[in-house]
Amino acid sequence: MTFGDWAGEPGNWVFAVLAVVMIAGALRVVTSRNVVHAVLFLVATLAGSAGIFLLLGAEFVAWTVVLVSIGAVVVLFLFGIMITRAPLGYDTALDHERRWPAALIALAIFGLMAGSVLAYFEDIEVNEGIVRSSDLGTSIFERFVIPFEVVSFLLLAALIGGIVLARRDPEPEEVEAA
Amino acid sequence: MTVVQFSLLASALFSIGIYGVLVRRNAIMVLLAVELMLSAVAVNLVAFGAFWQDRLASGQIFALFVIAVGAAEVGIGLAIVLLVFRNRSTANVDELDLMKW
Repeated sequence: MTFGDWAGEPGNWVFAVLAVVMIAGALRVVTSRNVVHAVLFLVATLAGSAGIFLLLGAEFVAWTVVLVSIGAVVVLFLFGIMITRAPLGYDTALDHERRWPAALIALAIFGLMAGSVLAYFEDIEVNEGIVRSSDLGTSIFERFVIPFEVVSFLLLAALIGGIVLARRDPEPEEVEAA
Repeated sequence: MTVVQFSLLASALFSIGIYGVLVRRNAIMVLLAVELMLSAVAVNLVAFGAFWQDRLASGQIFALFVIAVGAAEVGIGLAIVLLVFRNRSTANVDELDLMKW
């Protein structure tokens, strides 16, 4: 497939814009000197991934990302930053000194994955087709009901674990008074 | 739209997440980078799901599972960071070297 064929498809331009936003946002997430800005750039990246899901016809997944990741997880991060009193302004000590080995490892992993993907999946077209939420629900509750229950159990365990970890142990006098 | 472009985007996001995990010192920033890696995986799953177009929509369902597990991971991770911060008044992963020989 030549670049002309690729650029002739309007969906690819939407993809290009979303990909640029996502990668720029992701780079800022890991390089920003300001903790709160990093979280807000994560919002840009997650919104881009929701756009990618819409482009691929995965509407339910897209809105789940918006609700769960952007809505809940990001708020949780902001609360975590607030509670741990992370430095809110610009902080030069947020990164290690030795960035280049880390960048080298990341580049090597990217090279490995990109090389293998390019070698094996060259020019395979994604099929167009919107998956309806009802089909998704039928599939979850018929074929994937056990993984679904496992995930719900995991969420319950995480909920209880989060409460147990984060609550302060009551002082001994309070226990006796109660 | 080809599968390759989505996979390349996902691998770029994943590598950026690995860089963030390796380079950040604040534990919350490390969790942010992990979240980037999870979203890369979800993009990959949905792209291959759209490629196969299977009747069960497995790619999308496992992307949903990844999102749910990611939410659980962030909740537990932040609770642990909070506990560590309360006990040692730092969230810097360099200073948490008790289990390092």
